[in-house]
Amino acid sequence: MATPVLDKVEAEAAASPYITATFRIRRFNPEISDEATWEDFQVEIDPKERVLDALHKIKWELDGSLTFRRSCAHGICGSDAMRINGKNRLACKTLIKDINPEKPITVEAIKGLTVLKDLVVDMEPFFQAYRDVMPFLVTEGNEPTRERLQSPEDRERFDDTTKCILCAACTSSCPVFWNDGQYFGPAAIVNAHRFIFDSRDEAGEQRLEILNDRDGVWRCRTTFNCTDACPRGIEVTKAIQEVKRALITRRF
Amino acid sequence: MKIHKYDTVIVGAGGAGMRAAIEATKRSRTAVLTKLYPTRSHTGAAQGGMAAALANVEEDNWEWHTFDTIKGGDYLVDQDAAEILAKEAIDAVLDLEKMGLPFGRTPKGEIDQRRFGGHSRNHGEAPVRRACYSGDRTGHMILQTLYQNCIKEGVEFFNEFYVLDQLIVEVDGVKRSAGVVAYELATGEIHVFQAKSVIYASGGTGKFFKVTSNAHTLTGDGQAACYRRGLPLEDMEFFQFHPTGIWRMGILLTEGARGEGGILRNKDGERFMEKYAPVMKDLASRDVVSRAIYTEIREGRGCGPEGDHVFLDLTHLPPEQLDAKLPDITEFARTYLGIEPYTDPIPIQPTAHYAMGGIPTNVEGEVLADNTTVVPGLYAAGEVACVSVHGANRLGTNSLLDINVFGRRSGIAAAEYSAKADFVELPENPAELVQEQVERLRNSTGNERVAELRKELQETMDANVMVFRTEQTIKTAVEKIGELRARYKNVSVQDKGKRFNTDLLEAIELGNLLDLAEVMAVSALARKESRGGHYREDFPNRDDVNFMRHTMAYREVTADGQDSVRLDYKPVVQTRYQPMERKY
Repeated sequence: MATPVLDKVEAEAAASPYITATFRIRRFNPEISDEATWEDFQVEIDPKERVLDALHKIKWELDGSLTFRRSCAHGICGSDAMRINGKNRLACKTLIKDINPEKPITVEAIKGLTVLKDLVVDMEPFFQAYRDVMPFLVTEGNEPTRERLQSPEDRERFDDTTKCILCAACTSSCPVFWNDGQYFGPAAIVNAHRFIFDSRDEAGEQRLEILNDRDGVWRCRTTFNCTDACPRGIEVTKAIQEVKRALITRRF
Repeated sequence: MKIHKYDTVIVGAGGAGMRAAIEATKRSRTAVLTKLYPTRSHTGAAQGGMAAALANVEEDNWEWHTFDTIKGGDYLVDQDAAEILAKEAIDAVLDLEKMGLPFGRTPKGEIDQRRFGGHSRNHGEAPVRRACYSGDRTGHMILQTLYQNCIKEGVEFFNEFYVLDQLIVEVDGVKRSAGVVAYELATGEIHVFQAKSVIYASGGTGKFFKVTSNAHTLTGDGQAACYRRGLPLEDMEFFQFHPTGIWRMGILLTEGARGEGGILRNKDGERFMEKYAPVMKDLASRDVVSRAIYTEIREGRGCGPEGDHVFLDLTHLPPEQLDAKLPDITEFARTYLGIEPYTDPIPIQPTAHYAMGGIPTNVEGEVLADNTTVVPGLYAAGEVACVSVHGANRLGTNSLLDINVFGRRSGIAAAEYSAKADFVELPENPAELVQEQVERLRNSTGNERVAELRKELQETMDANVMVFRTEQTIKTAVEKIGELRARYKNVSVQDKGKRFNTDLLEAIELGNLLDLAEVMAVSALARKESRGGHYREDFPNRDDVNFMRHTMAYREVTADGQDSVRLDYKPVVQTRYQPMERKY
């Protein structure tokens, strides 16, 4: 190794940035109590680590009963949307240093869906809304032998909404959804948008009719919470506006 | 305990499971049991592309793809299977397009293609554009598209059902599959699924390494369930280390980054791959590139104060190209490293990525009980399986291909089998093993912690059976794994509840990882040669005389309940290609 020993020692001293952060977590376990409570955990952690790392540290070293969903740990599977310091985020995409670890960091389940245990919510209503917008390509006539052609411009038209990972951060940040779970919610509309604006698809009219429903796009009050919450950077509110416009003009 | 009856049961809802489900649901009453919500599966983390010789942008054909796959696998590939993979690749991509997958497009509107490691024109002449892609989220789009089509077809999912046991019954001297036993995470209830056929599509085992691109949930559950019931595991010593994981975190940065022109550099800024692979350079196969990176690091040319990584340099590529072709991985660098890839190189190191080995199957996806005997009604596809199309080293973009080709094949084969077969009678008290396992863990008062054992396992695996191995390091790993398996008997969980007991789930997953780590290390110890992803410093050359054969590992249990790994071997299927020295 070419690096002198002294440098290494210095580097290690500089790279010893552990801090003690307080995680204030909303706990709920109906097997124990019908009441949800806040519980504080002190965690020694490098602030460049993720909130998910802190939750793992708590689960693995302090309290094995702390329950949350997670899988890929880098923002692509959509398992770990939660409310961190009052904002919807993915725990695996939120670095501790970016959310002011000087103060207690609050972590709670996303809102508007029934909490089943700690940070785990019932995702079924969310996926039901998704299924209701016909989230699949519909075409008529005979299939071509090779691929359907689509120009790069037509492909680009719906690129943004193909990024959705169905984490529910947007839908569960929406005040309309909090007040009325019947509303389709931003994620379902985003996924309808993905097909309505796909030049290969032929069921745009049907999807627009579904979203013309009393629980459809017209409930959106453009508060932009969904756009702020999206961990994939999708312009959710814009997509909803485009669906609204398509409903008026019937052009898409 | 609840008992369900289905014609076909699929275990796992990633790419292979859902591709199988689309076929099986059309033909038989099918249930998909999945530990995760389908869209959480790790297929979604695949980035760069799916190989198929469409020849949309330059001359290409499936025979070249077959050759590259066999050479990439260091000739341990079963050549009949590789031929099917490459030939059916074209329809597999076109099928996905028809299902709605938003592929990147050429100016003419056809599916666009990019370069990828190990894929070449005319048997190694130069890199070829063969990978069909959707930005750098091809896996995400495949997973979404397959899930969307499962909704369209009305596939029946049991979400957050964790399969813990494979029921094998001997009928007239033949091992047959009777169904599976699953644990419902939401309630803690145990379910028995009687089925005429079962397809495993439960993914890989990467979590026995510390630095890995794998999800927390990739714990080899399917492999372990079959292995514990006496079925063999094939080629488990072959594990792929992807060259470009984010330094220390292991998060994948696609090979597509090098396909788009990215370059690996050491601390002197040297493009070191030119030394190791003069033709393919940064696009040599992954085993070659990972070894080159560690060679640079070991010889003192690594970057950073500890010299423990190298750089992936994208700074010479136009920002528009990065935004259009590599938006996700450039964002990973910004999010997790605070690095701007437009202007700064990204620190990377090899990351444990993919299990080439797994449950042995034939090309129809039928699981083998030994070198030749099929287990009627039992199938496997995707990373859990070993067909073997990847041999000793998988080529990039061939796994998204594998899940589609062999997912489809096993879905059709299983459903057709279900249509003509009868149910196998369930054994008496079918859930016994699972009930015992769950109750033992829930009630244990032992003093060992799951997290501690898992950490020690991951550390020993990283230190001893990663890119470079020797007899000494592997023996160290075998010994350590033995110790951890003994301590595992004393493991306890803090959460004693029934609802969403993920503490218990992690304990079960750890048991699977320990069993499979042992199989891997024992298999690696016996293979005294270097081939593909298995590199022995004490035996640095490939040895076709003694080791041109697949490893078959079986669990043996003595009368007093002690278990051990017994190794056997299976011939490699060779058709057109004679083994040659591998150069890139």
